[in-house]
Amino acid sequence: MNTLAETRLGRAAVRTICPYCGVGCGVLASPDGAGGAAIEGDEAHPSNFGRLCSKGSALGETLGLETRQLYPVVRGARATWDAALDHVASNIGRIIAEHGPDAVAFYLSGQLLTEDYYVANKLMKGFIGSANVDTNSRLCMSSSVAGHKRAFGSDTVPGCYEDLDEADLLVLTGSNAAWCHPVLFQRMAKAQERRGARLVTIDPRRTATSEAASLHLSVAPGRDGTLFSGLLVQLADRGHVDETFVNSHTEGFTEALARARQIAPTIAATAAAARLSERDVEEFFDLWISTERVVTLYSQGVNQSSQGADKVSAILNCHLAAGRIGREGMGPFSLTGQPNAMGGREVGGLANQLAAHMGFSPADIDRVRRFWNAPNMAVREGLKAVDLFEAIGRGEVKALWVIGTNPAVSLPDVNRVRAALGKLELFVVSENVRSNDTLRAGAHVILPAAAWGEKDGTVTNSERRISRQRPFLPLPGEARPDWWAVAQAARRLGFAGFEFNNVSEIFAEHAALSGFENDGARDFDISGLADLKPRDYDSLAPAQWPVRRGEASGRRRLFSDGLFYTASGKARFIPIDPPRLAEATSDRFPFLLNTGRLRDQWHTMTRTGLSPRLGGHSAEPCLSIHPDDAASAGLKDGHLARVASAEGAAIFRVQVTGTQQRGEVFAPIHWSHETSSDSCVGALVHRCVDPESGQPDAKATPVALAPVEMRRAGFVLARRRAALPAQSYWAWQAIEGGFTARVETDAPDEEWVDALRGLGPREASALSLRDTGQGVFRSGLIFNDRLVAASFLAAQTPPSDWTVLREAFADERLDPAARRSLLSGRRASGMPDEGPNVCACFGVARGRIEAAIEAGCNDVASIGKSLKAGSNCGSCIPELKRMLALRRPVMA
Amino acid sequence: MSEPLVIVGQGMAAARLADELSARALGRYAIVVIGAEPFRAYNRVLLSSVLAGEIAAADIELKPSQWWEGRGVTNLYGSPVAGVDRNAKTVRLESGLELPYSKLVFATGSHPIRLPRPGMDLQGVMTFRTMGDVDAMLREAALGRRAAVIGGGLLGLEAAYGLAKAGVKVTLIHVVDRLMERQLDASAARLLAEAMRTKGVEVMLEAETDFIVGTDRAEGVALKNGIQIEADLVVCAVGVRPNADLARAAGLAVNRGIVVDDAMATSDADIFALGECAEHRGVAYGLVEPAYEQAKVLARRLTGDSRAAFAGSTLATNLKIAGVALFSAGDFNDAGREAIVFEDPAAGVYKKLVIEAGRLVGAVLFGDAVDGLWYQDLIRSGASIESIRDTLAFGQAASSLSEAA
Repeated sequence: MNTLAETRLGRAAVRTICPYCGVGCGVLASPDGAGGAAIEGDEAHPSNFGRLCSKGSALGETLGLETRQLYPVVRGARATWDAALDHVASNIGRIIAEHGPDAVAFYLSGQLLTEDYYVANKLMKGFIGSANVDTNSRLCMSSSVAGHKRAFGSDTVPGCYEDLDEADLLVLTGSNAAWCHPVLFQRMAKAQERRGARLVTIDPRRTATSEAASLHLSVAPGRDGTLFSGLLVQLADRGHVDETFVNSHTEGFTEALARARQIAPTIAATAAAARLSERDVEEFFDLWISTERVVTLYSQGVNQSSQGADKVSAILNCHLAAGRIGREGMGPFSLTGQPNAMGGREVGGLANQLAAHMGFSPADIDRVRRFWNAPNMAVREGLKAVDLFEAIGRGEVKALWVIGTNPAVSLPDVNRVRAALGKLELFVVSENVRSNDTLRAGAHVILPAAAWGEKDGTVTNSERRISRQRPFLPLPGEARPDWWAVAQAARRLGFAGFEFNNVSEIFAEHAALSGFENDGARDFDISGLADLKPRDYDSLAPAQWPVRRGEASGRRRLFSDGLFYTASGKARFIPIDPPRLAEATSDRFPFLLNTGRLRDQWHTMTRTGLSPRLGGHSAEPCLSIHPDDAASAGLKDGHLARVASAEGAAIFRVQVTGTQQRGEVFAPIHWSHETSSDSCVGALVHRCVDPESGQPDAKATPVALAPVEMRRAGFVLARRRAALPAQSYWAWQAIEGGFTARVETDAPDEEWVDALRGLGPREASALSLRDTGQGVFRSGLIFNDRLVAASFLAAQTPPSDWTVLREAFADERLDPAARRSLLSGRRASGMPDEGPNVCACFGVARGRIEAAIEAGCNDVASIGKSLKAGSNCGSCIPELKRMLALRRPVMA
Repeated sequence: MSEPLVIVGQGMAAARLADELSARALGRYAIVVIGAEPFRAYNRVLLSSVLAGEIAAADIELKPSQWWEGRGVTNLYGSPVAGVDRNAKTVRLESGLELPYSKLVFATGSHPIRLPRPGMDLQGVMTFRTMGDVDAMLREAALGRRAAVIGGGLLGLEAAYGLAKAGVKVTLIHVVDRLMERQLDASAARLLAEAMRTKGVEVMLEAETDFIVGTDRAEGVALKNGIQIEADLVVCAVGVRPNADLARAAGLAVNRGIVVDDAMATSDADIFALGECAEHRGVAYGLVEPAYEQAKVLARRLTGDSRAAFAGSTLATNLKIAGVALFSAGDFNDAGREAIVFEDPAAGVYKKLVIEAGRLVGAVLFGDAVDGLWYQDLIRSGASIESIRDTLAFGQAASSLSEAA
C-alpha cells in the first residue's frame, strides 16, 4: 500500500490511523508545514472507507505544541535524556536488588503502539523478571479477554466489520456506539437501510444509539446476564440449539443451560429480574432466535462490571448454542474502546498474559525464555491494575513507570490512587503533555513522549486489523518514542536484546515470536509478516490477523472450521454466576452511578479538550438524572449537585432527563482536576472488580446526591487552562482562541483577582467592574491590546448571552471602544463612540463637535450656539480652538 | 429713566449678570460694572491654560469693549471701590468718584488664602488668583526657577501643572494624604497623583508647611517633618475666602461670605450678592456653575420675576486637570453602601458609583467623565437605577441599549 496518498482536495497526505477508539479509521494527514495538518478520512482504508467521526475530524485542532512536554525532567528540574534514563535505570536496578523484581511495575496504555508495548512487556516479563505490566485496557477490555479465553481458549474476536454489513439483526448491549464508535455505528445504520436489518439496544439508559433502534430494552443495571441466560433457555426450549455444532465443537452446554434455567427460567422471570416488560423480552428473544444472521456487539456496559466476564460468557453461550459464530453476518463482537487495546493484548501487555497470546504455563514460559534468550522470566501472573495500585499503596511495589495513560483520573477510587502514588520510591511518567493529574500526583521523572502524528508503528483495531500508524510531523523538542525510552533503560540495566534501531525490527521480532513454535496452536500468529523489510513494513497495508507464514493475507473470521484453541479443541460453555450487583444501594447511597463517554471527548481530554469544535457539544460535566429522582434529591436542572460514594465525592451540573431510569444517574468520565474543579468521576467509582478479569465495575456505584448552591455564578475566558480559586466549581472547555469555564463560586473577589492575573503574562493590565450590592465581579486581562483572560461573576445568573466576550476573545486586537465596553458584556458597535467629552459642563463629546465643525461651525461662538459647548465655564475653549484650527481648510 | 444699578466686581459672575439683564430688559437699568483688576472681565477658569501656554492671555477676555458699549453698560476696570454708603445709596471709588445706585450687587469674588506661616511675605511667594499672578509666575518661570506649589486642591494642581508645562521643575506639597480630598475618593486621588507625576510634577502628600526659607527672597519650603524643598518660586494655593470686606464695612450681614437669601438679596433689600463672595444657606460656592445659576436668578428678580429663586447647587466637580477628565457629584462615600466600581488603570480610567436603595447617590469619575452629567441628573432626580444597573458604569448609551433590549 502506498504510504502517501493524494487527498480529495489534492493535498499530499500521509496514510495513518486515528488515535481514538477501537474502530481504527484510516486517516489522511496533510501537514501544513507549520506544525499542523489537514485531516481527512482515508477512502482506501477498509475499516472506515473515508468516514471520520467528530473527534477524528478535529484531530488537526489537537496537534499544537502549547501543552506538550518537550524535555525530560528529573525531580522537578530539566534534565538530559542521558541523566533521566540513568536515573530511571539505576533506581530500578537498586529497587530490584533490594526488594526483588515484583517491587517494580509498568502501567501502560491501549494508546501505545504495538512496538512500544512489545519492548516494555519484554523488559518486564523476560528481563526484570516480574509480570507487573498492566494497562488501562484492564479498565476497558479485560472482561472480554477473560470471556474469550475461557470460551475459545484464546483471546479471539471471531468476526469482522463486514459481518455488520451482512447481518439481519444487530444487538448492541452495553454500547453507546453512536457516540463511542460513530463510524462503525454509521456502517450499521447503512446495513439497516440496505438490508432492512433490525437494531436492538440493551442499556439501562436511552442513548443516541437506542434512538436508532427498533427495540430498546432498558435493562436493570447488571442484568444483561439474566437476559442472555433467558435467551439461552429459550433457544433450548424452542429447539433452536444447533445440536450438531454443540455436540461436535463445544463442551459444557448442559451445565451452562442448567445454570441459565436457574437464573431465567421463563420469559416472565427474565422480564421481572431484568426490569423489562414481558412483551419486549419476548420480542427480543423472537428476533434473536429467528434471525440467523445476528451479531451481538458489546462494549463497556458489559465489560466494566463485577461480573463482566460472566456477561461476556452469557452472550458467547448464546452464539455457541445457535452455532452462530465464525460465519458471515453473525457472531459475538467486542467493540474495543482504544486504538490499540488489541495490540496490547497481542504482545501480552496485561499482567495475566505472558506474550503473543501465551500464558504462564511452564511450556509457554520456557518457549518465550528461549525466544528472548531471557535471563529472568516472570513465572506467574502479575498484579492487575486495581491490585497493582493497592500494592503501591501498601509500599510493596516501589517503582512504577506509567506510559501514555492518566491513572490518577481513570482508575476507580482515584483519591486513593493519588495517595498511593505519593509513596513510590521511583515514579516515572512517559507523557506528551506538560500537565495532567498523574504528573501532578508527584512524578519523579517525566520523559517527553512522541505523540500521534510523530509516532511510528502499528495498531490493531476491533476486527483484528493491523494498520500502520505513520508519522507526518517531526519529533518536537526532545520528544522520543516510548519504545526507544524503554529500550534505552533496558540497555542501561545491562540487558541484551534491546538493540532495536527502528520500529520495523521490533515488529519483526514480535511477528516472529507469534509464530515461534506455534504450528496452529495459538490464534495469534503473524509470522507471515516477520520477514518484512523496513520498506515493506513502512508500506504495510491493513491486514487482519492471523497472517501465518506463507500466507499472503490475513483472515476475516476465525472458528469457521469449528476448531477452538482449548486443549480439547472445543469451545466451552460457561455456567455464569447469578447476576447481582457488587454493591446494592442503601439509605445512605440510594442511587446507582453509571459512567461513560460523551460523543465529542476522549478519555481525559488531553487532546480532544484542545478542540473548540469538540468542546461545544457537552461544555460541562453533567449528571444525568430522571426528573422524579431530581425532585426527591432536591436537585434542579442546570444547578449543581454533589455526588458522593463511599470512596469520594465530585460535583456535576444537573441535567434532568427522561433518558435515565429512576434510581440511576450517569456522569461522564472525561473531566479531571486539570480540566475541572472537582468533576473527576474516578473519585466516586468503587474498587469492586470482576474476580476473573480484574476489570473494575465502573457502571454501578451506589451514590448519594445533594444540591450545591454557591453564592455566585459566571464564566471565565482564558488563553490557557489553570486552576481557579478554591471554594468554586469550574470546568474548562476549548473555544476559538482559548478556553472558557463556567463557574460557580463562594471565593471572594481577591482570589479571583489573583486567579485571573495568573492566567496571563505578568505585564498584562487588568480592568475590573464590581458591584458590591449584586456580588458582581467582572475582570479582563489585556496584553498588547489583546484580551488574554476575562471573568464574569454575579450573585444572580449572569447574562447567558456572552457571545460579545467570546467575540472579543477571538479578536486579535481590542480597539479602545471595545476595551471600554468589554466588561459591559454589550457589543461596542451598538453604542455610539463619540470619544471623550470636550465640554464638561454640557457633556459634549469630541465627535459631536467634529460633526458641528464639519457642518459649518467656524468659531467658538458658533459651536457654542449649536451645541452649547464652551458657552459655560469656557475651560474647553482652548481645545475647541485647536479642533477648529485642525479642521480649517487650507486655502490654496 | 433707567434705574442705576451698580455691580461691584468684574469677574465671571458680574459679566454673566450683565449679560442676563441686558438680554431680559435692555435699558431698564443703567448698569455700571466696576472692577479692581486692570482688565475687562476675563475667564478666570482659563488662567491655568494661560499659565500652561495653551491659550493666549488676550484670548480669555469674556466680552470685548463693543459688547459692553452695545448694551449700554459702563465698564470701569482698574477702579477699586473704597466704600458703600447705604443711606445715601452711593458707591465711592478710590479715585474719589461717587456713583449713585438704586440697586447694588456685590460680585467681589474671593481672596486667595496665604498660610499663616513665617516667610509668606518673602519675595517669590505668590498666590494664584488673577491675571497679575499668572504674569508674575510666567516671569519667574522664564528665569528657570524651581517652584513649590502649596496646596493639592484644584488651584494648586492647576498651578503645578501650568508651571510644569511652562518648563519649571515643580514640587506639589499637600498637607493631607490625598489630592483633592473633598472632590475625589482615595482611589481617584491616587490616580490623579500618578497622572501629575507623569506630567513631571513631584507630589508630596502628608506634607505640612512649616515656614518659607529665605531672607529676602524665597529659597525653599521647610516642612514640619524636617524635609526642606528647594524653591525660589512658591505658589500658595491653599484655598480662598469670600471677599466680603466692603459688605462687612457697609454693615451687611456677613458670615464667611455675604449672607443672601434665595432671591440673592442681602440683609439690605436693595443690595444683592452672587458668586464666590455670597453665602447662600451656609454655602459659599467656589465654582463658576452656581455663580451662573445665581446670575440667572438675580436677573429674573431684578426684572420683576418674583418667583425666581436659587435653591442651591448640587455639588459637582467636572473638570480637567493635567489633561485628565475628573468628575464627582453627590455623596460618594461608599462606607456601608453599595458601590459599582470600574477600574482600568492601564487606560487611566476609574469610576465609582455609590448606590443607596436602588438609587444613585454619588459618583466619582477619573479619566472618562463622558457620562458625568447623566450621573448628575440621576443623582438629582433620584430615579431608580435598578433596570440599568448592569450597564450603569458603561454610561448612558450602553444603558439605553440595555433598557431597549
